[in-house]
Amino acid sequence: MRKSLFIGTALGLVLGSAAVSSAATLDDVKARGTLKCGVNTGFAGFAFPDAQGQWQGFDVLYCRAIAAAVLGDQTKVEFVPTTGETRFTALTSGEIDVLSRNSTWTFTRDVDLGFAFVGVNYYDGQGFMVSKDLGVASALELDGATVCVQTGTTTELNLADFFKTNKISYQPVPVQTPAEADQQFLGGACDAYTTDASQLATQRGTYENPDNYVILPEIISKEPLGLFVRQGDDQWADIVRWTMNALVAAEDYGVTKGNAEELTSSENPEIRRLLGAEGDLGAMFGLDADWAKRAIMANGNYGEMFAATIGEGTPSNIARGLNALWTDGGLQYSPPFR
Amino acid sequence: MTTVEMPREQFRLGMLLYDTRYRSLTIQAVALIAFMAFAAWLVNNTVQNLDALGKDFNFGFLGARAGYDISQTLIPYTNDSTHARAALVGIVNTLLVAFVGCMLATVIGVVMGVLRLSPNWIVARLAAVYVDGFRNIPVLLWILATMAIITDMAPAPAAFRGENATASMLFGSIAVTNRGLYVPWPVFGPGWHLVVGTFIASLVAIMLFGRWATKRQEETGQILPTFWIKLAIFFLPVLIVDRLVGSPISLDYPVLQRFNFQGGGFLDKSFIALTLALSLYTGAFIAEAVRAGIQAVSRGQTEAAGALGIRPNRVMSLVVLPQALRVIIPPLISQYLNLTKNSSLAIAVGYADVRATLGGITMNQTGRELECMLLLMGFYLVLSLLISSVMNWYNARVALKER
Repeated sequence: MRKSLFIGTALGLVLGSAAVSSAATLDDVKARGTLKCGVNTGFAGFAFPDAQGQWQGFDVLYCRAIAAAVLGDQTKVEFVPTTGETRFTALTSGEIDVLSRNSTWTFTRDVDLGFAFVGVNYYDGQGFMVSKDLGVASALELDGATVCVQTGTTTELNLADFFKTNKISYQPVPVQTPAEADQQFLGGACDAYTTDASQLATQRGTYENPDNYVILPEIISKEPLGLFVRQGDDQWADIVRWTMNALVAAEDYGVTKGNAEELTSSENPEIRRLLGAEGDLGAMFGLDADWAKRAIMANGNYGEMFAATIGEGTPSNIARGLNALWTDGGLQYSPPFR
Repeated sequence: MTTVEMPREQFRLGMLLYDTRYRSLTIQAVALIAFMAFAAWLVNNTVQNLDALGKDFNFGFLGARAGYDISQTLIPYTNDSTHARAALVGIVNTLLVAFVGCMLATVIGVVMGVLRLSPNWIVARLAAVYVDGFRNIPVLLWILATMAIITDMAPAPAAFRGENATASMLFGSIAVTNRGLYVPWPVFGPGWHLVVGTFIASLVAIMLFGRWATKRQEETGQILPTFWIKLAIFFLPVLIVDRLVGSPISLDYPVLQRFNFQGGGFLDKSFIALTLALSLYTGAFIAEAVRAGIQAVSRGQTEAAGALGIRPNRVMSLVVLPQALRVIIPPLISQYLNLTKNSSLAIAVGYADVRATLGGITMNQTGRELECMLLLMGFYLVLSLLISSVMNWYNARVALKER
C-alpha cells in the first residue's frame, strides 16, 4: 500500500503541475529557442517540403521572417504540417505559435473562434478548375457535377452558397488535403476542383499536362489569406503583425535583402526607423532594434519573397495582381513605422 | 448462573488502518475522496483554461445554420439545416455503415470460418490466407486501398458516352463508375401501400406456415412440400394485388446526363469502399471466432450425427453450429463493437459519418472542440452499449439452460 500511495501522489503532482497556459507567447518562444509554425501539409508554392526535406514556399518564408525577427535565426523554426481540419485546434491548444497556412480571414474566425488575424499576405478568391475535355466555359454550367472540395474550409461554405444562389445542384466529394484532391481530380472521380484560385494555379503547375485543365473565369468569393495567432496575447499579435508590415514596407521603400545593411545608414528617416537605426520601436514590444532588418534580410522583402516562390517565372506563375503594392494598383499597404 | 460479558474494546484511531475490519472501509473512503478531488480538479482546470482562451462552453451552435452540403443523406438535409440536423445525418450514416457492415461481416466470417475447416486442402489454405492477410494489416490501410482500387478501376461517367464508349451499363441499367454505383430505384405511385403491405403480409405468412408445418411434422410425421408452398405464398398474392391496383411501383433508371448519371438510386463509392473494407477486415476476425466455436464442439457430435445418417452440410447447420454459437457469440459482440467504432475512419475516404460531420466539419467551422467531442463520445458510448446489450440478450437466449 505504501508503494501505491507513493505512485499515486507522484502522479497527482505531475498532473497538478500542468498549469494553465501562460499568455506570454514571446517568452515561451524565446525560452524554447524555436518558433513553432503551422503550415500546409503540401501546397506547391506556398508550403511544401522539397526533395531534401526542407520546407519551402511563400507561407514558410513568413515563418522564417518571424523567427529571424524574434530569435535572430531564420532556421530556428519547427514546421508543423496541419490539415484544414487540424489547423485551428493546433493553434488553440498551443501546439503552434502562429498559423501561416493560407487561411482566410473571416468574421467567425476572428471573433468567435478565439483567434486574432494579424495580416493579409495574399488576397485571393475561390475559383473552379475543370478538365478541358468537359467543354465547360463557365461555373454556371456545372449543374449536376461532382466537385472535389477540402473539408473544414471556407471553400466548402462558399461552394454551397454559390450553387444555392444559382439554383443548380452538385455532388460534393470531401477531401482532406490538396494531394488527395489532386488524386481524385486527375483520376476523374470529380468533374471540378474548387479552392482558392492561387491553389488552383499552383496545383495545375504540378500536373503532367497543365494545358489540359482550365480555371473557370468565375471568382465566387473574397479570400484574404494570412496569418493567425491566439487571441489574448496582444504583444505576440503585434510582433507578428508588424513583421508582416515590415516586409511590405521594405518593398515600398526599396529595401531589399541585398541592400538592407547598407540602407541602415540612409538619410530617409522612415527607412532608418524601419531598420532600427533610429527610434526604439523594437523595445516597445520586447525585441531589440534590428528585428525588422533581420526579418527583411532573411529572405527579402514582400516582393522578393513573392517572386521567389509563386511569382512569374516559378512553376506557379502567378501575377502580382491584387497583391501588388498600393502604389502599383494592388492592395498591399503598410501603415507607417512611426 | 452468571453471564460473562466480553469487555468492549476501546476504539482507537489507529484501528482504522491496522484492524482488518476497518481497513477496507478506510481505503475505500480515501480512494473515493481522491477520485472526487481529481475529477473536481479536472473540471476546474478545463473551466479555467477555457476562460483564459476566452471561450465559453455552450451547445448553442447546434441551432445555427450549417452552411455545408453532404453528399449522402438518408434523411432530408439542405445547407440551410442546422448543425444538429447535420449531426443527425452523420449518425444515420454511421448506423447504416454499422448495420450493413455487421451483417456482411457476419456472412463473410461464417463462410470463411467454415471453409477454413474444410477437408479440401486448397480451400482451407485460401481461407487461411484471407484471414491472416486481412487481420494483420491495419484497417485504415485496407479502407484506403479499397478506395484507391475503386477509384482507379471503375470508369468515369464520361467513358459511358458516345459511340466508342469504353464502358457500358450492366444489364443496361446498373452503372459502376468511379463516383459510385447507380442502380434502378423503385418509384412509388398511388396505391403502393397495398402492394407493400401484401408483400410484408406474405412474408409473415411464410414464417407462420413454416412453423405450423414443422409442428405438424413433429406431431403426425407427415411432410408437406414447404418449399413450393412458400414460393407460391411469396409470389402469388403480391402479383395479384399488383395487377389489381395497376402496377403502382415502377423503376427509375439512371440516365447519363452531362456530368453524371441522374435518376435511380446512388451508392457513393466512399460508402461502398468503407463498408467493403470494414466487412472484409472484421469478417477475418469473425472467421477465427467461428472456427474456434466449431472446434469447441466435441467431435462425438459430428460422428453421432453422421451415424444417424444426416448429410454433412446439414450436420454443420443442424448440429454443430447451434452448439458452436454459445462459444462464438461473446467474441462476436466485441467484433461488432469494433466495426461500429472503426466506421469513424470514414473521413479518410470522405464518407459523411458522425465523426466527419459533427466531429469534423461542424467542429472546425464553429470552433467548439470540447462540446463536439463530448457529444461524439457520448454517441459512440450509447451505440456500443445498445449493441452489446442486444447481443447479450441473444447470448442469454442461446445459452445452455442449466439447472
